[in-house]
Amino acid sequence: MRLLIVNGYVVDPTQGINGGRDVLIEDGSVASLLARGEARPEGAEVFDATGLVVAPGFIDLHVHLREPGQEYKETIASGAAAAVAGGWTSVCAMPNTDPVNDNPAVTSFIIEQSQAVGLANVFPVGAITKGSKGTELAEMGEMKRAGIVAVTDDGRPVPSPGMMRRALEYARGFDLTVMDHCEDKSLASGGVMHEGEWSLRLGLRGVPALAEESDAMRDCALAELTGARLHLAHVSTRGAIDAVRRAKERGLEITCEVAPHHFTLTDEAVEGFDTNFKMNPPLRSPEHLEAILEALRDGTIDAIATDHAPHHADEKALEFDHAPSGITGLETAVGLALDRLVHQGVIGLERLVELCSVNPARIFRLAERGTLRAGAHGDVTILDPNLQWTFDAAHSKSKSRNTPFDNWTMRGAAVATIVAGRVVFRREKKETAGENLTTA
Amino acid sequence: MKTGLAHQHLLGIRGLSAKEITHILDTAESFREISEREIKKVPALRGRTIINLFFEPSTRTRTSFEIAGKRLSADVINVSSSSSSVSKGETLLDTARNLEAMAPDLIVIRHPSAGTPHQLARICRASIVNAGDGAHEHPTQALLDALTIRQHKSRIEGLRVAILGDILHSRVARSNAHLLTTLGANVAVAGPGTLAPPEFAALVQRGGGELRVEQRIEDALTGADVVMVLRIQRERQDAAFFPSLREYAVHYGLNLKRLSLAAPDAIVMHPGPMNRGIEIASDVADGARSLILDQVSNGIAVRMAVLYLLAGGTGTAATPPSSSSTAQSVPEDDTLKNARGYERVHGS
Repeated sequence: MRLLIVNGYVVDPTQGINGGRDVLIEDGSVASLLARGEARPEGAEVFDATGLVVAPGFIDLHVHLREPGQEYKETIASGAAAAVAGGWTSVCAMPNTDPVNDNPAVTSFIIEQSQAVGLANVFPVGAITKGSKGTELAEMGEMKRAGIVAVTDDGRPVPSPGMMRRALEYARGFDLTVMDHCEDKSLASGGVMHEGEWSLRLGLRGVPALAEESDAMRDCALAELTGARLHLAHVSTRGAIDAVRRAKERGLEITCEVAPHHFTLTDEAVEGFDTNFKMNPPLRSPEHLEAILEALRDGTIDAIATDHAPHHADEKALEFDHAPSGITGLETAVGLALDRLVHQGVIGLERLVELCSVNPARIFRLAERGTLRAGAHGDVTILDPNLQWTFDAAHSKSKSRNTPFDNWTMRGAAVATIVAGRVVFRREKKETAGENLTTA
Repeated sequence: MKTGLAHQHLLGIRGLSAKEITHILDTAESFREISEREIKKVPALRGRTIINLFFEPSTRTRTSFEIAGKRLSADVINVSSSSSSVSKGETLLDTARNLEAMAPDLIVIRHPSAGTPHQLARICRASIVNAGDGAHEHPTQALLDALTIRQHKSRIEGLRVAILGDILHSRVARSNAHLLTTLGANVAVAGPGTLAPPEFAALVQRGGGELRVEQRIEDALTGADVVMVLRIQRERQDAAFFPSLREYAVHYGLNLKRLSLAAPDAIVMHPGPMNRGIEIASDVADGARSLILDQVSNGIAVRMAVLYLLAGGTGTAATPPSSSSTAQSVPEDDTLKNARGYERVHGS
């Protein structure tokens, strides 16, 4: 089986390529890149990418697929469909399912389900501690054998520094990256939005930036002590970013990701008490958003990850205090990144590909991904950076609709997603009645 | 002719202009006399239905809204969380939709979570009146406080107002900060460091009176024309905001000695219910400068004004609105839009 992507503009930072190339994928792997004018092989299925950007497949380090256990919010099938519709060829599934992915049986289940679906690659992330309860280490070695790519207790950060130290030391032995959701629960003190001017004005309990910052500083110090590889999930504060920047300057292997809503929205958006603006970490004040843009520019932030967190409409219809945190993000992330970062001049296309593909592959050690080198997996994301489109949540592929970006118009989108040489998503012009698909 | 408010709902003081606040206060002023009559009832809201939806225990505010509605001849129904389906696991929005299906004209809501009146306002046709939402706003309390201040000081602009106690968790402090600064008063708030965050000073819009946060309550009190004391919730002690009620009373309670720092003719207010001997000493609460019971009486007049204006009241207070005035509850700009649409269709 051969697929030939012709006439596209290839952006592959791993090979320093920024230009017109045809991409030949054979039997699920990249066979070669052909320069303009080179003879095209015959008999291949042809994908015409005229006017489009061809990039190594995008990898989302942070999604919640809810299966097993909360299939009314999302399933591996619906989550994978949303992923490829948003341009993601691979997603890394957080372990906070029910039961928690803290043992090889759950890991295998997730992998089997995703293979049966056959859309995006799903890489399970295992728990750090049993049940993510923060007291006993989970079976990282056995889970790694079953296929996990990293460990985290996302959403329930490891509370004790002693436990975190053991986790980092133990994970190091299996060459697993430890991913942490930084939040000191005592400082967060039950807050439901960022602590600041707006939380005071709205009378909502605030989570101070310091809740994230102090945990990030702790983690960086522990990573230095143990020599383990650390990845900070969804950093949202200046202090956490500064901690990562300092750690990198000292040569430590510490990386971090940012979620699209944190470079797009600020805490003022909570003003109407719409629970689709409630997430953890919360939307921050403008000075933190500034720090995020700075860090996207200077390379301190390594990856863009969605923290796709589907919740049922009935759950989100509760009081702001009681509604669960989190929003969907798979189908809006690439559009927001192109619109808010590339078109605003914060970063270029090459850096976008690093943030969404090259670096995620490196952070979780996903071999032969994040590149279009010969021999790599045939995963490709195809972008139309100028497509003007409007996101219509009613037509989302996710089972849930909890997004603050419903009816948002963006410039730039992923228009096709190719996994192992197979076109698993292709945006049709006028695919939904509500969408305004025009190439600007 | 006076018009109703240019808002369908009363969700908070923030967002109201000085003119709108003054209009509500003037209307309340004209309603006060009704409560002094032998027959305390006017037919202004005859045939209108008001639901008081209370998710928090409240005697004073609920009773005040109920009396206000009844003195305007509205049909008033009280629903409290213990007697509604909320305790059976129904969501707030489902409860609201069910009540809405019974076609009330106004829903007055009190809820422990901030923002619930706003969530209701998005799905209900009825006008929503916020009777206190978590730590967010309590607009009718601020209005009745302002009415009380105006009566005794004959103005609000330029007054120095001290608000003392648990600022962080107080919806009364927030609504008052917005209202008083919008009308040009200078407000100083103070309380224990855990309950009076310095960032509170950024709460209000610029352009009105000043809002400042003092570390010592003595600094807020000095020279004050109006002293408002907030209720201290005993559960804050368990949450480690202060060590003991005893210490709170000694260091933060309003007693005669502290009150002597205020202006000689300063007035003292409290939204109730009071913890005597804790945030306020009995000789202050019962003293000549205390207006605590005036606040309660004014509460009825203010709530009558709010219900009346939101239900589309026009003309003078004592005159029942004519049937043609019901469209007044539509915001003014929508009315204009509709009028233009009408011209476009029929004028071509």
